[in-house]
Amino acid sequence: MIKKVTILGGYDKFGKKEPVRRVDINRGEIFGVVGPTGSGKSSLIADIEQLAQRDTFSRRKILVNDKEPTYEDRTNPRKKMVAQLSQNMNFLADMTVGEFLTLHAKCRGAHKSCVNKVIELANTLTGEPIKKSHDLTILSGGQSRALMVADVAIISDSPIVLIDEIENAGIRKHEALEVLSGHGKIVMVVTHDPILALMTDKRIVMKNGGMQKIVTTTPHEKELSKELSKIDDLLLNLRDKVRHGEIIENIQLKGLTS
Amino acid sequence: MRMVIVAGTPGSGKTAVLVHVLKSLMRDDFTASVVKIDCLYTDDDRKFKKIGVPTLVGLSMDMCPDHYAIYNIEDMIKWAQENNSDFLIVETAGLCHRCAPYTKNCLGVCVIDATSGPNTPLKVGPFLSTADIVVVTKGDMISQAEREIFRERILEVNPNAKIIEANGLSGQGCLELAEEMVKSPEVSLESEKLRHSAPLAVCTLCVGETRVNKKHHRGILRRIDGFQTYQGE
Repeated sequence: MIKKVTILGGYDKFGKKEPVRRVDINRGEIFGVVGPTGSGKSSLIADIEQLAQRDTFSRRKILVNDKEPTYEDRTNPRKKMVAQLSQNMNFLADMTVGEFLTLHAKCRGAHKSCVNKVIELANTLTGEPIKKSHDLTILSGGQSRALMVADVAIISDSPIVLIDEIENAGIRKHEALEVLSGHGKIVMVVTHDPILALMTDKRIVMKNGGMQKIVTTTPHEKELSKELSKIDDLLLNLRDKVRHGEIIENIQLKGLTS
Repeated sequence: MRMVIVAGTPGSGKTAVLVHVLKSLMRDDFTASVVKIDCLYTDDDRKFKKIGVPTLVGLSMDMCPDHYAIYNIEDMIKWAQENNSDFLIVETAGLCHRCAPYTKNCLGVCVIDATSGPNTPLKVGPFLSTADIVVVTKGDMISQAEREIFRERILEVNPNAKIIEANGLSGQGCLELAEEMVKSPEVSLESEKLRHSAPLAVCTLCVGETRVNKKHHRGILRRIDGFQTYQGE
């Protein structure tokens, strides 16, 4: 059982010690990672994904339950503690959705019956339904992303979930985050999206490849996130309407614009 | 001295990975000499020279680059010894992937590109199956699920391989490879042997025959129905 993940600080892009020397993330917590592009957000996520032991260029060290993970823990996908949803979701494998999920379930030691569940769940997150017989390579960006969210939730059901810029995928992000955060997982979300950032419990601020500081989300910010979600919902609904060829008139913008 | 033989598909990032590895070896005060074997052209030697590593280029031209590398190993070892290097690193552009250039005591490193599709590990043969370490590059371009399937396929072909996921751009994973190099055995020319035989091809094509008619060919010939024959004197 994973109760806690600890990031011990390393060095930034310029070889200076990064200001934050230790971050403890407990079971059930959602952490955000924010910062401008190129500030090292994805590298931080990669360090956690690999359970780095001062052997990456940041020289960070990751502890699980205050202990160093074993080599087996770090490499065997069946024991893998980390499920990652990366920015890149290009499918290059020349196979169908069904074949792909079956193979992946085998790698992770999961039962074949997962495959249908994954597809069902994916189809709640994306507009155009995905079929088992579809070739992987024809899936759209949003469909691929939805499929991977469902895969992470069901097949790669790991206690640590890393999510890299989910907002770019054109899927329902709040639902996706809900699906992924599950029960008692450790979740880290890399994001530029203020709504997602304010949904987290704490956020690590990155700069020049180093962790600069940790900001605890205030109760007021959490309230704001809910308000901002309304704008997001409005836009999502509008997008659906546009997609279905409807004419958009008479929307309520009162209070949103001044 | 230790010898590391690095083989891999073109464009998989062998040189980029090695540059990061060499930098971290140098940080730990190790010295290395690099030999780059290619077929027709390379400018990778500049990348190694730029970071201050003695580099030799060998162009095999119309000879199989792996055969060429093997015939020249003795000279390469001597040259690296004259440089007082702790490591001789041979980077070779394998052509057909039918052979494996690794010798018994070298550290055999196979670099393979994760974007080449999950069936590639099943296709490439001894250069993957006899390697000590398989470095998987470009994993950041695909999903974690695809990476895991790719890894499983490698282990099907080479269950004993140590797999390192590396990134030639960021240098991720390269430190781990450097650490494996430091742990590898010493090279000894007298007892060096190839881990896998080179492909069978002693025929008229090898000496420049360009006509395709059956009647022009001599040597050890294998037909598409599996029948193998020797034709000649």
